[in-house]
Amino acid sequence: MSPEKLVRMANQIATFFKTQPKEDAPARVAAHINDYWEPRMRAQLRDYVDQGGEGLDRAVMDARAFL
Amino acid sequence: MKDFIIPPADWKDERDMGTPAKQGAPVTLTIDGFEVTVPEGTSVMRAAAEAGIQVPKLCATDSLEAFGSCRLCVVEIEGRRGTPASCTTPVAPGMVVRTQSDNVRKIRRGVMELYISDHPLDCLTCSANGDCELQDMAGAVGLRDVRYTAPEGGMATHFAPRNTSGEANPEWRPKDDSNPYFSYDPAKCIVCNRCVRACEEVQGTFALTIEGRGFDSRVSFGAKTDDALTSDCVSCGACVQACPTATLQEKSVIEMGTPDRAVVTTCAYCGVGCSFKAELQGDQLVRMVPYKHGKANRGHSCVKGRFAYGYASHKDRILNPMIRDNVSDPWREVSWDEALSFAATKMRGIQAEYGQKSIGVITSSRCTNEETYLVQKLARAVFGNNNTDTCARVCHSPTGYGLGQTFGTSAGTQDFDSVEHTDVVIIIGANPTDGHPVFASRLKKRLRAGAKLIVIDPRRIDLVKSAHIKAAHHLPLRPGTNVAVVTALAHVIVTEGLMDEAFIRARCDWDEFQDFAAFVSDPRHAPEATEMLTGVPATELREAAKLFATGGNGAIYYGLGVTEHSQGSTTVMAIANLAMLTGNLGRPGVGVNPLRGQNNVQGACDMGSFPHELPGYRHVKHADVRDLFGRVWGVEIDPEPGLRIPNMLDAAVDGTFKGLYCQGEDILQSDPDTKHVAAGLAAMECVIVHDLFLNETANYAHVFLPGSTFLEKDGTFTNAERRINRVREVMKPRNGCADWQITQMLANAMGANWSYMHPSQIMDEIALTTPSFAGVSYTLLEEKGSVQWPCNADHPDGTPLMHVDGFVRGKGRFIVTEYVATDEKTGPRFPLLLTTGRILSQYNVGAQTRRTENVIWHEADLLEIHPHDAENRGLNEGDWVKLASRSGETTLRAKITDRVSPGVVYTTFHHPDTQANVITTDYSDWATNCPEYKVTAVQVSPSNGPTEWQEDYAAQAAQARRILPAAE
Ligand code: SF4
Ligand code: SF4
Ligand code: SF4
Ligand code: FES
Repeated sequence: MSPEKLVRMANQIATFFKTQPKEDAPARVAAHINDYWEPRMRAQLRDYVDQGGEGLDRAVMDARAFL
Repeated sequence: MKDFIIPPADWKDERDMGTPAKQGAPVTLTIDGFEVTVPEGTSVMRAAAEAGIQVPKLCATDSLEAFGSCRLCVVEIEGRRGTPASCTTPVAPGMVVRTQSDNVRKIRRGVMELYISDHPLDCLTCSANGDCELQDMAGAVGLRDVRYTAPEGGMATHFAPRNTSGEANPEWRPKDDSNPYFSYDPAKCIVCNRCVRACEEVQGTFALTIEGRGFDSRVSFGAKTDDALTSDCVSCGACVQACPTATLQEKSVIEMGTPDRAVVTTCAYCGVGCSFKAELQGDQLVRMVPYKHGKANRGHSCVKGRFAYGYASHKDRILNPMIRDNVSDPWREVSWDEALSFAATKMRGIQAEYGQKSIGVITSSRCTNEETYLVQKLARAVFGNNNTDTCARVCHSPTGYGLGQTFGTSAGTQDFDSVEHTDVVIIIGANPTDGHPVFASRLKKRLRAGAKLIVIDPRRIDLVKSAHIKAAHHLPLRPGTNVAVVTALAHVIVTEGLMDEAFIRARCDWDEFQDFAAFVSDPRHAPEATEMLTGVPATELREAAKLFATGGNGAIYYGLGVTEHSQGSTTVMAIANLAMLTGNLGRPGVGVNPLRGQNNVQGACDMGSFPHELPGYRHVKHADVRDLFGRVWGVEIDPEPGLRIPNMLDAAVDGTFKGLYCQGEDILQSDPDTKHVAAGLAAMECVIVHDLFLNETANYAHVFLPGSTFLEKDGTFTNAERRINRVREVMKPRNGCADWQITQMLANAMGANWSYMHPSQIMDEIALTTPSFAGVSYTLLEEKGSVQWPCNADHPDGTPLMHVDGFVRGKGRFIVTEYVATDEKTGPRFPLLLTTGRILSQYNVGAQTRRTENVIWHEADLLEIHPHDAENRGLNEGDWVKLASRSGETTLRAKITDRVSPGVVYTTFHHPDTQANVITTDYSDWATNCPEYKVTAVQVSPSNGPTEWQEDYAAQAAQARRILPAAE
C-alpha cells in the first residue's frame, strides 16, 4: 500500500475517534485497527510510525503503543 | 357448533379468493346452509370461498379491491331485495346467503352471453387456452348458446378486423407487441378493469386507463398514441397477472404454450427477495410468476425477476472449465479434474513460495448462503487464513459496523410488511422505484393511504413526485454531506424538545445520550449553520425534522447513497441515533431499514464472508468462537483478521498477495478505481474466476470455472428483512455441477475432505455453529415457506421485528457523529460532483440483465447533467462527453435533466464499455473501507468518441476472451 493511502486511512480512523466525548482516542484507534487491519497492514503502519510517521495524526502516533 | 375453521393467513392455498383478506372482529353468517365465520369487512364472495364455495366472477380477483362491474357474481341474500354482487357486499352477522338459484343462474348466463357475443371464439388456438377465466366462467354458468348477432348495417364487435363484406371494422385494434415480454391484444379484452386496477393498486404506476365509455371503453396505455413501450409502464407484469383472458399475455406463453409444472423459488436479483413460481414444460422455463404467498412480495414482482431470466440460456454462457498459463494466452477447455488440479497446484505452489496468507477468496452476494459459507470455509479451513471478503464490502459494510455499534447487530430491524403501519417515512440515499421496485410499490400504496414522505437525496428521484405521490419534503443535499444533514435533523429534534424521552430513558444508555444531546445542541449543527455546506434550505429541514418527530410511526429506509461515502459508517450511526431519539424502534411501522442491493447481501454478511468475523458476526479474535469452528472443521483458525478486497489489491500490487478465488463477483467492473483493480489482478499468479460468463475480471484470470444459475441449484437467499427464502433446483445445471459442488471439488483438490451431498447439510452445519441460525433447517423452511433470523430456541418461528423488548446489545448507544468533509473536493480542474446509481431494468454490473431483452429500456449508461452545467460546456442532449476525474477518464452520452442539481452529475454502472469506475477513486469509508462511489470530483467536456483507455481496454478484453477451438 502506498504510504499516502496508509496515512489517509489511519488518519480517517483517528478523526472519528477524536470527535468522541471520551478522551481515549489513541486506545480506540488502536483497537479499531487491531480488529480490522490485517497483520501486514499493521506492520507497515508500525514501521511507518517508527520512521517518524510523517503526516500521521497525533492520535495514530499515540496508538502505536497498543498496536 | 361451528363446522368451519378459518384457515391461517399463510395457508398454502392457490385459489383466487375473489377479494383481499381483511382483519377485524369475527362475523358469522350462513352460505348455502353452511355456517362461516370471517373477519368483519370480508366480502360475501370471499366468505363463500373460505367455505369452499366458488361464486362465478370476472372482474374480481383477490389481489385487488372489489370493483363490481361484471355482475356475474350475483347472489341472493335473505331479507334483501334484488341480487347484490357478492364481491362488493360485505358480510353481516346472521346473514343468510344463497349462491345458487334459478334466478341468479339466469342472470349469470345472461351476463356471460353478452360477454361472449363480443369475444372471438377461437379458444382452441388461443394462447390462454386452459388458463382463461372467461372460458372457465362460461363453463361454470352453463352457457350453451349465444343468441346475439350483429345488428343490420353496423359492426357490433371489437374483435373482427373486417365485416363480412370486407370493410375494415373501426372498432378493431391491432395487437400491441411493443413490450418485449408481453403483448396486448385488444380483440380479447372484456374491459373488466382488473389490469388498470392492478397497475394502480398493486404497482402504483397508473400507466393504464380505460378510455371511452360504454361500448367504446378500451384499455389504453396512457394517451391514445402511446404503446406499451413508450408509455409509463415499467413492465412489472401485475396487469398481465391480473388479466383473466389472453388480452395481456406473456409472449413466452404465446410461443411455448401453457406450463405443466411449477416450482417455488426466490428471485436472484435485488434484496427484496421476491418469491416466484417458476413454471415449466419439462426443463424449459415458460414463465416466472410472482408467488402469492411470498412474504416479501405478497404476489408482486418487477421486470427483472418476472421477465429477465433469459440470460440463463444465453449463448455467452460458458459451460466448460477452462485454463491458461498466461492471461495473454487464449483459453483452453479442459475437464473438471484437469481444471481443478491445475488450480489447486497453482494455489498450493503460491502458498509454498509466498506464505500461507498470499491467497484468498471473494464471495458474492449473488450466491446462496450455502455457497458463501463454503467459500469462507475454504479460506479459513483449507487456505488456513482469513482472507475472505464479499462484495458487500463495497455496499453495506458500513451498515454492519454502524448498526453493530449502536444496536448491537447489523440486522435491519423490520419486515417489509411493517411499511403498512408507518406514518412518516424517510428515504435517504436510496431510489426504491428503481433499486427495490416491489418494496417501492408497497411503500407507494401506503403513501397513497396518507403516510408522509421525506426524501433526502441529491437527485429528484421518482418518489419525490410521481402519479398520486408527492414527498412532503425533499432535501436535495450536496453529495457527501449526509452526516451534516442527519445530525441537523437531530439538532432540531433535541433543541425543540421533540425527542421521546421515555423511550430513551428506558431503552438507551442515558449518559451517552447526555453527551450526544450536548453535542447535537451546539448551534454549529443547526440547519441554518449547515445550509451553506449541505445546500439544504434550513426551513425545509426544520419542517422535515418536526414531521418525523411528531408524525406518528417513523421509519427510515436507506441505501447505498448512505454507505458508499468516506463517512458511510458515521451516517449509519446518525440514522440509528435519529431512530432512538424519536423512539422509533421495536414495533411495526418504524425502524432502521437498510435496503440491500443484491439478493443475498444480508446472507453473505451473515455467513462470515468478512475477513474479521466468523459466521454469525463473531470476531476471529475470540478464542471460544474459533474453538467452536475449529472443532467442527478439524482445523486451527487464524486469530488475525484477513485482507479486505481493497487490501488484497494493494497487497497484490506490493507482491505479497498472489492467488484469488473469486466466486460470482466481477470486481474489475464493480469495484472503484478500475486501473488499480486491473493492476492488482495483473500482479497475481493465479486468478480463479467462477461465474456464468467471461466477465471483466476473467480478462485477468488463469482458471475459469463455469457457474450455475439460481434456477439450477438448491440453496437459500436471505433478503433485506433477514428472511431466509429457499432457492430450488428448477432444472439441472447446464454446466454440469451446482456451485456448492464446484467449491467442494476445489477444496478437495487442495486436500480437504469435504463430503456434502446436499446444500441442506451445509445449512445443518450453519445451524450447528451459529446461534442465530440454530433453528433453521430445510425441513423448517419447507414447512414455513421462509423464516426471519434469529431463529432458535427463543424464537422458533423466527423474528420479524428486532429489538422489541430491548436492544441486542442491551442499552441502545447514542454515538456522536461529527461531520468531516471528504478529501474528495471539487476544484478548478474537477468542478462537478459525480454520484452513481442504478436503474430499474438493469442490475448491478449488468452481466445478467444485459443478456436479456431488458436492454430495450437501457442500452447504455448515460451521464445526467443539469441544463445549466450543460449550457456552460456547450453540451446538447445525446452528445458524447468526456468524464474525467483524477483517477481516469471515460466517455459516454449526455442526458440533460434538472433531476440533478447544478454542480452534480449522475450515471449508472451497468455497462462495461462505459467503465464508470475508471473515474471513481480509492477513497473509502473510514471504518470499513467501503469505497466512496457516491462522490467523485469530475470535469465534463465535449468529446468525439471513446477514450484511449476505453479502446485499449476493449482490445485487451477481446484478446483475453479468446477460446481455443476444442480439439478434434
Ligand atoms: S406491466 Fe406493470 S406498470 Fe406496466 S401496465 Fe402492467 S401493471 Fe402497469
Ligand atoms: S386487458 Fe385483461 S384485465 Fe384488462 S380490462 Fe381487458 S380483460 Fe380485463
Ligand atoms: S429484482 Fe427485486 S423487486 Fe424485482 S422481482 Fe427480483 S427481488 Fe423482486
Ligand atoms: S366479480 Fe363481482 S361484479 Fe364482477
